Amino acid sequence: MPDKTVLVCQGTGCVSAGAEQIHISLEREIAELGLGGDVQVKRTGCHGFCQQGPLAVVEPEGIFCTRVKVEDTPDIAQSLLSQKKPPERLFYRDPLTGKVIPHYRDITFYSRQQRTVLKNCGYIDPEEIDDYLAVGGYEALRKTLLEMSPEQVIDTVKRSGLRGLGGGGFPTGRKWESCRRASQESRVESRESGRKTLGSGLQTPDSYVVCNADEGDPGAFQDRSVLEGDPHSVLEGMIIAGYAVGARVGYIYVRAEYPLAVKRLEIAIAQAREKGFLGKNILGNDFDFDIEIFQGAGAFVCGESTALVLSLEGKRGMPKPLPRPRTTQVGLWDKPTLLNNVKTFASIRWIITRGADWFAGRGTKKSKGTAIFSLTGKTANCGLIEVPMGISLREIVFDIGGGIPGGKAFKAVQTGGPSGGCLPAELLDTPVDFDSLTDAGAMMGSGGMVVVDEDTCMVDLARYFLDFTQKESCGQCSLCVLGTLQMLNILNSITCGRGRPEDIDLLIELGEAIKMGSICGLGQTAPNPVLTTVRYFREEYEAHIYERKCPARVCKDLISYRILPDKCKACMICLRGCPVEAITGGKKQIHMIDQDKCTRCGVCLDVCPERFSAVECIPGRLDNTLHSA
Amino acid sequence: MEDRLTEIVPSRGRKGDLIPILQRIQAEFGYLPEEAIVKVAESTGVAESRVFGVASFYAQFRFTPMGRNRVMVCRGTACHVKGAPRILEEIEKVLKIKEGETTKDLEYTLESVACIGCCGLAPCIMVNKEVHGRLTTKEISDIFTTRGECDAG
Repeated sequence: MPDKTVLVCQGTGCVSAGAEQIHISLEREIAELGLGGDVQVKRTGCHGFCQQGPLAVVEPEGIFCTRVKVEDTPDIAQSLLSQKKPPERLFYRDPLTGKVIPHYRDITFYSRQQRTVLKNCGYIDPEEIDDYLAVGGYEALRKTLLEMSPEQVIDTVKRSGLRGLGGGGFPTGRKWESCRRASQESRVESRESGRKTLGSGLQTPDSYVVCNADEGDPGAFQDRSVLEGDPHSVLEGMIIAGYAVGARVGYIYVRAEYPLAVKRLEIAIAQAREKGFLGKNILGNDFDFDIEIFQGAGAFVCGESTALVLSLEGKRGMPKPLPRPRTTQVGLWDKPTLLNNVKTFASIRWIITRGADWFAGRGTKKSKGTAIFSLTGKTANCGLIEVPMGISLREIVFDIGGGIPGGKAFKAVQTGGPSGGCLPAELLDTPVDFDSLTDAGAMMGSGGMVVVDEDTCMVDLARYFLDFTQKESCGQCSLCVLGTLQMLNILNSITCGRGRPEDIDLLIELGEAIKMGSICGLGQTAPNPVLTTVRYFREEYEAHIYERKCPARVCKDLISYRILPDKCKACMICLRGCPVEAITGGKKQIHMIDQDKCTRCGVCLDVCPERFSAVECIPGRLDNTLHSA
Repeated sequence: MEDRLTEIVPSRGRKGDLIPILQRIQAEFGYLPEEAIVKVAESTGVAESRVFGVASFYAQFRFTPMGRNRVMVCRGTACHVKGAPRILEEIEKVLKIKEGETTKDLEYTLESVACIGCCGLAPCIMVNKEVHGRLTTKEISDIFTTRGECDAG
């Protein structure tokens, strides 16, 4: 056994920054130093701290090397030879205190987390089933098949209190139970009709298990990370689910935009088949189950269960009209279908091996276990986090996220993506669980958590989300497809400086109508980003409408650039950089911006040397007369 | 094209295979040529109009040829709040095309995509399969000029 292991993260973020070359180079350096027998270099899935990537962790000490470059690999290899720590420049530096922290367990980003579903992400090689087996992989499946009846499995999941982690929060055990019942009924039916049409020889499965990995929410990437970092945990959960509900076929509906996740899933499925965890008579039992991958073709609405099922059938993914039977009753090819999210399936193995009580012992009364978020935006630390349900937003943003860098002020945290809402500083003590977030007007959603600071315009952010959902509306419900367009037009006119006083009330009225008049979750939640920003940041809307000012200095038509005469050194840099020749002046002649010509592209601000900082962006529009005065 | 199509499209496809077949065609040609739609309809027994209906529903499918290099600007939330609109603007300026267009020499196609899942590296773009993260507007011209030189060399 090697004494030391260097884990090189191969998540999408780190790979994009050159992790593959780092892995190769590190292996070579270590071999050259003759350390091949003592040190193992291992590829792993996502460590979660993508912002600091590419990452390499030296175990067993847990030394955390950040922003590693190929040039750093000789030094890392040398440090392993001399039994010293790698050079300090690679260590994490606390963005607020500047303190250097060599061990990841001491970094608040990690120390405040409670990793369960993500436990093995970043520690095992996702392309090696033996790695997964070494950390107890497929033990839950073994226990299920050898010791438990399907009813006992369902009972355990029910008692654990697990709720669907795809955003809906529906109790998982109840869903499984209802699918099992429907599946049994369907089997009886097909046996009866089979007798009538005896001899057709066609046998179709009675029910299906489908994993929803169509992570369409912009700003969320936790499903991708789990699939890339620990694909077997998802497969194991699906197989157990297949046993529990009585299905023999499973599908993983994964975004085609996630090529690495698809590749690792393909490898994992092939390895699981080889080891006999998938296929016929699994572990010698009278239970057959197999899994296929289906690549989604890019439609946000396909995250909705009935739309996803239609998409799997090769049709347009449009949610079925109301009243519609539940997918657990009438799903894929009209058979009972159990549809759960990636993280829900990945949680199953822990519930089976550690027990329902252990799982139910964490979290809050109504939301058990942990929540996974993609913490991004304007926090010092960005990345993938897993926290116990009930933790406050403040702890996530300021302890794990490390607060807002650059001395900027926190403005809001957006959860739930285009279906969610923006919560202001006053609500930072809101506990993070399904119900509290919904009560505050946001939602758990699929787990995107975007932090914004004073430089983000809330009207523009609302417009951004609405623009997204408007384009993704499938077009069935007039209120959804046309209502969101009207809301978008209003928001566009507000951000362009043509807002009218009645617009705010109109937005609220339209929003409420769209929520009531849409048949699926997309339309029912699309107005949320607008409604919550109006609720908590009304003054920003009013500044746009009444004062024609964008306080965050984002909306181009409501800002101005100006050159501060006392700071301008007349260096001509901005004058030459201006694409529309709006800057006048000359050598030794203070520059000025012609406000009529200025397109507010911001080039002058970007190019003005930092030691001068003579260009300023201000809310509101200046006119030339005022400016010259 | 005919030969390659025959290879990709099974002679008797199942209805449920429609989307995977279209994906394979697009992987081969970079878009869905009209002939392909006709062929898929024959193979799967789904009406041509329906095949087109399905293809046009999903953002992944395109009906016009694409440039040799595909530039995808991430418009995810994290990228948006960290300046994606300005990154897009800058690329439009450098490549002299608008979002959704292809350069005349068929070198680049510029698209904006919902989220490429590299939110920790925001703002980011993806050129073919390569992700460029933590971008500033100043770096944009470098990405495309060095690339141009590489291609020429």
